[in-house]
Amino acid sequence: MAKLEVQHLNKTYGRTIVPVKDMSFTVDDGEFLTLVGPSGCGKSTTLRMVAGLEQPTSGRVMIGEKDVTHVGAGDRNIAMVFQSYALYPHMTVYDNMASGLKLRNMSTAAIQDRVADATRVLGLNDLLNRKPAKLSGGQRQRVALGRALVRRPDVFLLDEPLSNLDALLREQVRADLKQIFDAQSTPVVYVTHDQTEAMTLSTKVAVLHEGNVQQLDSPRNIYDRPANRFVAGFIGSPQMNLFHLSCEGNAAVLGNSRLRLPDRFAPPPEAVLGIRPEHVRIARPEDTETLEGKVFLVEHLGMSNLLSIQVKDSDLRVRALLPSDQTWSDEITLALPSQHRHWFHVQTGDRFPDAVPSRVS
Amino acid sequence: MTTTQKPMVASSNPTNIRPTWVQITLWVAIAFILIFSLGPVLWELLTSIKTNEAITTDPVVYIPALDQYTFQHYIDLFARNHFHRYLFNSAFVAIISTVLCLCIGAPAAYALARLRIPGEQIILAVVLVVTLFPYILLFLGLLELVRAAGLANNYLALIIPYTAINLPLTILVMRSFFQQLPRDLEDSAKVDGYNTLQMLQQIVLPMTLPALATTGILAFIFAWNEYIFALTFITRESMQTVPVAAAQLAGTTLFDIPYGPLAAATIVGTLPLILLVLFFQRQIVQGLTSGSVKG
Repeated sequence: MAKLEVQHLNKTYGRTIVPVKDMSFTVDDGEFLTLVGPSGCGKSTTLRMVAGLEQPTSGRVMIGEKDVTHVGAGDRNIAMVFQSYALYPHMTVYDNMASGLKLRNMSTAAIQDRVADATRVLGLNDLLNRKPAKLSGGQRQRVALGRALVRRPDVFLLDEPLSNLDALLREQVRADLKQIFDAQSTPVVYVTHDQTEAMTLSTKVAVLHEGNVQQLDSPRNIYDRPANRFVAGFIGSPQMNLFHLSCEGNAAVLGNSRLRLPDRFAPPPEAVLGIRPEHVRIARPEDTETLEGKVFLVEHLGMSNLLSIQVKDSDLRVRALLPSDQTWSDEITLALPSQHRHWFHVQTGDRFPDAVPSRVS
Repeated sequence: MTTTQKPMVASSNPTNIRPTWVQITLWVAIAFILIFSLGPVLWELLTSIKTNEAITTDPVVYIPALDQYTFQHYIDLFARNHFHRYLFNSAFVAIISTVLCLCIGAPAAYALARLRIPGEQIILAVVLVVTLFPYILLFLGLLELVRAAGLANNYLALIIPYTAINLPLTILVMRSFFQQLPRDLEDSAKVDGYNTLQMLQQIVLPMTLPALATTGILAFIFAWNEYIFALTFITRESMQTVPVAAAQLAGTTLFDIPYGPLAAATIVGTLPLILLVLFFQRQIVQGLTSGSVKG
């Protein structure tokens, strides 16, 4: 078991094509880091550089205090699961799992032990003599996983392993993955564009955009305290409401209402307000800063209703997620609880430093 | 009622007749194409098993009667003309040049498909132009080369040109096949610890068998059937290949054209190719890559 450390990784293909600009993170034993971001954010390239399939233009990759930047993929003692599974079509399930071990001159008995261990965990016992063509998508996925597990590597790398599965199976395999990797005390780096996978599986999430890490934090913090506007808009479904507001003194103007800005800094002329639809609620009598509007669209999501509301005297639209048992009238008054408001800088998109809680209350 | 029934009655006759007409035309067409393309082959086959008298009688004997069958032409071919020697020569030259072609062409194609080579497009364009070049035009130059290198009456005089002529096609076909192979498989092999040679041998090559079979057969057929080079570069009788030997079959006198042995030689020369294609057809059809990645 070993710590994975990535230092200032950069990949440049041409003057304008720089998929990875400056990437640094560490993954300790037992940690599960997810790289999440929209397509083209550099997450797969980063993973391939960690795997040794691409050479970084600059920067270093360390596995267990050892610099492996210029070590070939086969000598890094890593295991990788590919999106397409990449099973060898002419080999049986057993051979697929055993081939990497055979190359290391392991004894047949030891190989059989390890394969048996993995197949027990993954429930592949009956399929060992089949070829990949005779397997279903979910089974192929598990074989690919098994091939990684038998290696007992220093680091696990997974490149969108669930995106070829249908929605129902994906949820099930996601839960399996969590169990399997909780049982391993090995660093895991997982690449996905699916934020649900990122939030449910990981101990740490790195949100990537345009080749840079936007935020590296626990899933909880990513959700509760997004570091900038991009993270705020990318994580969370339905998407966070983001408003570009002008400010008057110590308050931002939203329709007819004034929303007090956090203290502790000089009020800017403009600010971006973010609030998640699930935190917007119907105003109660005790609320002071309320927002009037008109409901123009209702989407039923099963356990909740997603309302789109046109703010009165403004062209802004708010989306609110209300429990499905709650009723409302078309002319609606909303409250935006201040502890759930996120304020971002207009130009840089960075989060405003939070007010000290004692001064707000 | 009557108005709705009328069209049905009226249309029932043409619809009953029309398919049969279509079918008749279809079958006539099929029969014509079959006779047109297989007729000469059948004629050769029948000639090769007819007695000399049956071949030369005035009212042409199409299907020989029972007493007109003979295997004498085939027996003569091997006993008198030593045709097994020419078969061996042909097989030797064709097999070696095919193997060489695949051994040189496949790695070149892999490099062109996978590595980022500067000027890759130019290399490909040159390769393509070479395939368009009529090989007869190379003939005189090659003759000089063969003479200069002292390769006359040497199997190499055939093996080298055959390999060279088939290489461009091999490279182009194999390259497009390699490009279709999922790259993840090779990455996966690298992570598993395969070095480049092991990866090519144990992962890439087994998946490439259909393409190797296809291009190999094309190269083999060309080398097996080639005539001009084989005629001029090899003059020693014991080293001739089947097409040359068949063309030089002589009768007992100058004016005697040995139709029977000629037909038998044609059949003997064609049979290996037919067997080869039939045997490898399964390889070609087999979709070996299915199931390795989502598909």
